[in-house]
Amino acid sequence: MGKPERPIAAAKSSAPSLRKARTGIDGLDQITEGGLPQGRPTLVCGGPGCGKTLLAMEFLIRGAMQFGEPGVFMTFEETGEELAQNVRSLGFDLDALVAQKKIALDHVRVEPAEIEENGEYDLEGLFLRLGYAIDSVGAKRVVLDTVEALFGGFTNEAILRAELRRLFRWLKDRGVTAVITGERGDQSYTRQGLEEYVSDCVILLDHRVNEQVSTRRLRIVKYRGSTHGTSEYPFLIDAKGISVLPVTSLPLDHEVSDERVSSGIPRLDAMLGGAGYYRGSSILVSGTAGTGKTTVAASFAHEAAKRGERCLVLAFEESPKQLVRNMRTVGLDLEPYLRKDLLRIHASRPTFHGLEMHLVQIHKIVTEFDPAAVIIDPVSNFSSSGSNADAGLMLLRLIDFLKSRGITALLTHLTSGGSAMEATDVGISSIIDTWLLLRDFERGGARERGLYVLKSRGMPHSNQVRPFLITSEGIRLEEGADAPAARTHNRPGGRKQA
Amino acid sequence: MTTANERWDLRLYTAGQSPKSLAALSNLKRICDEHLAGRYSIEVIDLMKNPRLAKDDEIVAIPTLVRKLPAPLRKVIGDLSNEERALVGLQLRPHK
Repeated sequence: MGKPERPIAAAKSSAPSLRKARTGIDGLDQITEGGLPQGRPTLVCGGPGCGKTLLAMEFLIRGAMQFGEPGVFMTFEETGEELAQNVRSLGFDLDALVAQKKIALDHVRVEPAEIEENGEYDLEGLFLRLGYAIDSVGAKRVVLDTVEALFGGFTNEAILRAELRRLFRWLKDRGVTAVITGERGDQSYTRQGLEEYVSDCVILLDHRVNEQVSTRRLRIVKYRGSTHGTSEYPFLIDAKGISVLPVTSLPLDHEVSDERVSSGIPRLDAMLGGAGYYRGSSILVSGTAGTGKTTVAASFAHEAAKRGERCLVLAFEESPKQLVRNMRTVGLDLEPYLRKDLLRIHASRPTFHGLEMHLVQIHKIVTEFDPAAVIIDPVSNFSSSGSNADAGLMLLRLIDFLKSRGITALLTHLTSGGSAMEATDVGISSIIDTWLLLRDFERGGARERGLYVLKSRGMPHSNQVRPFLITSEGIRLEEGADAPAARTHNRPGGRKQA
Repeated sequence: MTTANERWDLRLYTAGQSPKSLAALSNLKRICDEHLAGRYSIEVIDLMKNPRLAKDDEIVAIPTLVRKLPAPLRKVIGDLSNEERALVGLQLRPHK
């Protein structure tokens, strides 16, 4: 991922003449800036199990369902029945589409054992079959999966190569948008060097396992006549098909709001210039174990929902039920808001999927739920499913994404004992607007909790370490002498002590 | 190899009047007249006219000769220009 990324916005000036066929696949149309080259073949290659058949199938099904473009799926490997079964798990009813004549399936089976070669031949039979299938549904899209299987069925490679060349030219002449899949070769993108014949667009899929976590990635190797994203993009296959996550680094030009939102803790609002967080800002609550991070976060979630705003909680340590129970004991009843769907708690473990997978999922949920606030509890968990550098990068992307949508993000971070209080191991402090630090200290033979505002961009804020209690009515900060906090703003060695 | 009164049921898939198709048909007729006189039938299927029939016998290459009978099914692709190999391919003659 070390390659420079090209912001999509800057790449809009490409030749308008190239027409594109939208894939309908989440994110893929974005990084290809509109879809695959219309009326031309695209090569999708990758190792076994990388998802190329699925990508091809989704391109076809979405074409038929969303864009009114019927398609032909010619498979050289799986039978029609197997294919239908595979996509049924994604909620697509292939049989129905076939019955409605929106998709034609043809399984080409070549059995070398029963074939003898004798003299000159060509693959006209394949052309006629494909032509017949195209005509039978009026296809605008064609998938050949995996045409290389023919190399196992025939011995005369010279004929095969000449015929494949003819086939791809023929597809262009027919004006269909084609996806040809190919198995990744050792030296080349495909075993039989199909990229030699299909030169308009080449997409490479990859499935890597890093520290026991697998990640799928997609890269556009080439796209003739068009600009495109050049990074490796993580993608995910889930119950709704493929989602590709564009990792464009957002330019720092998102809308900035002057509006303030309450933290749900009145005295904390007072410490933050008297009005709470900025809407759309990023807030970090860090501290050692048991200092009340989740409670601070839940107060904010509760407050947001009370105002009638949607709030998403991504819980990585507790199950939704456990969180609701625990928060009830401190006076935060989240249940009614869950029922009204103002509040959603999505609990999962980052180690379960790869980091990117996780990010893609969060993207999906956020896009679908469209919350005003997102809480991630805790972000430190990300580093357990990848290296710290990866986790930091991912958080950066996530926060950028949330900011671009004007979503207030509150992250909690567990500082492990011994490491510096004011460091986050995922190195995100620079992108945080408001940073609250929770700590415990001993006073008079008791363990007490204290809160202070380490930084808060764009507002006067308190400089005090304020003891607080977690009571059955929520967090109660001790009254500070400095309210309104503005007076002590940015004055090192502030005079008062609480 | 082949018993005297066994029926031979052959099917030749072609694509129009292409030179390869024509060559295959004439080569096939010659071989059959020579080795299977009076007990064979050849059905020529022109996939240009009936492309949907290609599916039945899984036809990809043209020309393709399919031996329907006697079982088992055999396929020979190409214009059958090598008579010796065609005989072996159809199992009219044992593999040497």
